[in-house]
Amino acid sequence: MTTRRDFLRGCLAGGAAAATAAVPEVASARDTLQRPPEALGLLYDATLCVGCQACVAACKQANDNPPEFHAMDNLWDTPLDTSGRTFNIIKMYRNGTMQTKDAEKNGFAFMKTSCMHCADPSCVSACPVSAMIKDAKTGIVAYDPDACIGCRYCVAACPFGIPKYQFDSPTGKIGKCELCRHRHQDGHYSACAEVCPTGATLFGRTEDLLAEAQRRLALKPGEWTFVPRGRLPARDETPEQAARWKGLVDQSYEAQVGNYIQHVYGEKEYGGTQVLKLSAVNFQKVGMPDLPPKSSAATSETIQHTLYGGMIMPIAVLAGLTWVARRNVAPEADETKEGQS
Amino acid sequence: MSAHDSAAPVGGKLVNAFTLSCAMLVAMMAAILFVRFLFGLGAATNLNDGYPWGIWVVVDVIIGSAFACGGFSVAMMVYIFNKGRYHPLVRPALLASLFGYTLAGIGVIFDLGRWWNFWHIFWPGYANPNSVMFEVAVCITAYIIVMWIEFSPVFLEKWGLKVQRQKLEKVLFVFIALGTLLPMMHQSSLGTLLVVMGPQVNPLWQTPVVPLLYLLSAITIGYGVVLFESCVAASAYRREIEMNLLTPMAKVMLGVLGVFLVVRATDLIVRGALGHAFAPTLEAFFFWLETISFVLPLLLIGTTEARRNPARLFLAGVAIMLGGILMRINGFLIGYDTGLGVDPGWNYFPSVPEMLVTIGMFALEVLGYIIITRRFPVLPREGAMATH
Repeated sequence: MTTRRDFLRGCLAGGAAAATAAVPEVASARDTLQRPPEALGLLYDATLCVGCQACVAACKQANDNPPEFHAMDNLWDTPLDTSGRTFNIIKMYRNGTMQTKDAEKNGFAFMKTSCMHCADPSCVSACPVSAMIKDAKTGIVAYDPDACIGCRYCVAACPFGIPKYQFDSPTGKIGKCELCRHRHQDGHYSACAEVCPTGATLFGRTEDLLAEAQRRLALKPGEWTFVPRGRLPARDETPEQAARWKGLVDQSYEAQVGNYIQHVYGEKEYGGTQVLKLSAVNFQKVGMPDLPPKSSAATSETIQHTLYGGMIMPIAVLAGLTWVARRNVAPEADETKEGQS
Repeated sequence: MSAHDSAAPVGGKLVNAFTLSCAMLVAMMAAILFVRFLFGLGAATNLNDGYPWGIWVVVDVIIGSAFACGGFSVAMMVYIFNKGRYHPLVRPALLASLFGYTLAGIGVIFDLGRWWNFWHIFWPGYANPNSVMFEVAVCITAYIIVMWIEFSPVFLEKWGLKVQRQKLEKVLFVFIALGTLLPMMHQSSLGTLLVVMGPQVNPLWQTPVVPLLYLLSAITIGYGVVLFESCVAASAYRREIEMNLLTPMAKVMLGVLGVFLVVRATDLIVRGALGHAFAPTLEAFFFWLETISFVLPLLLIGTTEARRNPARLFLAGVAIMLGGILMRINGFLIGYDTGLGVDPGWNYFPSVPEMLVTIGMFALEVLGYIIITRRFPVLPREGAMATH
């Protein structure tokens, strides 16, 4: 028999479950994660870049990636974008007559495209099998193909379009920059920074790189200043710490200060990234998206943890549903007859 | 789903022009999948890094599982809201759900680039509970198992296993409760999949209440699919339509649809996203197509008189299904823009082999539905309904 009370009871159970989905942002809010203190990263200064692509070639070599051909003669590695087998590329902004470097109008500019190593990466939050992991100490966002199921949720989640999948292979992997973490134990740091002839790409701790970026922004455009190349030593670095890395410590040279936009890209975007960028041309025009300071991983995990934290909500709803279902299933034979009378 | 003897096999031949056509489509799918597994996803699909998810995910899994919510929606009405008279609708709806979900689960494997690792998603040490996809995968897998148990009385009945059936029936309420909870969890999470994509998803579809929207729409789609299936099954098997059940059920559907529309509209207004609906963009156009599809049933079957008209019920069911399709395609494909517009040049339209696999999956579903309803007691016995 269906009574009003039965109906209300059903509403209670069903409604409670539906309501749980309605108010995600109450308890167990998960804040945007911060960079670890020893986070490693890169500083890319577009005004120092000459577009030589030495970093693109070095990246290919360091990661054992094959060349990709897009020119008529299949002689040179000519990737048009990052891909499952190209983890780093220098893109070019062109406008009008392209006369002046780093001018938005009638000029041109360069921009490095590679993983930003977010403080709170979407790919890590998205990955269902922990194939994308953020190292607790270095903050490097690393990929493990042996864990990966190839679902490509990381590809969809990243707002920078960085993880890329090898669609042309039956055993395709995800490809992305891992800051050359496999070379660190031999004292090598990121190959792109190692080979950069102008110091446009600089390797170091993000904290130090941020200070260097802010130093440059504070200078007057056109002034001469010393800029480091290769690796930026950490503030208060001991000789033992310095000995960990190969190569000359001081490769600095005197260069002219660029006509910067007063913004360090990556300082705050999406909760901050470990790769930072300086540019004289509007960041959106050179291919860097305009992102809010809050990470999407924080929003997504807040919703999930609110609904499923400790499985309390699902278990409570299940208990309610079981109780109701038990009462409603038992007298079923009578129900059926009545329903058809 | 217990002692319910008013269900009976439809009977009749299994081999005819229609089932053979279905089998042909399934064979074509198998051939394409052979190529896909031998040469990679790129050999069969138009997937790319700007659109890493295509119709195999969005249609086969996300839309396919929403279409398979008939069993959940009807079972909830019968067992949770204690509307026993809808009981004859449970088995056919559950059967369609069973196929929909089982095939969605298998379909995922076709799309996984490193499918041999798929078990990692259930394995402690690999599994990442922060991932929305982890929740979806675990929950859908559990639901598929629960549904087979819920449906098993049909087989036990057919094979005369009375003792086993009685034993199962004593604990069936647990599975019925689980079978209501699990779809609530993963149908909402299928929407939450969008959240981590952040501003890459157009504000018309990116919202923190997306889990509620996907849950409510899935319930509505569940009823819409039952309307659609009942009409199609009645016409294909030359049976009477269960109007005495469909007419009141359509009212329930309109109620849930009304709640959905209120939440949808309120959310758009509160977030200030409504402006995007009036921009001259493809996204806005598809938003209105979706909205019209969802509003149409209110106009088609708004009155009791109209709900007694089988043709109108059928059209309303189709409109709801269309709205559900559009809402999901809009969120995951049309309203999705990798890199927020600074990374242009990405396009996606499914390749012919890709579409043939999706069509093959639906053909397999229809074929299975025909075989089981003709041989097992699923659809209501004809005489029982005619007494009304």
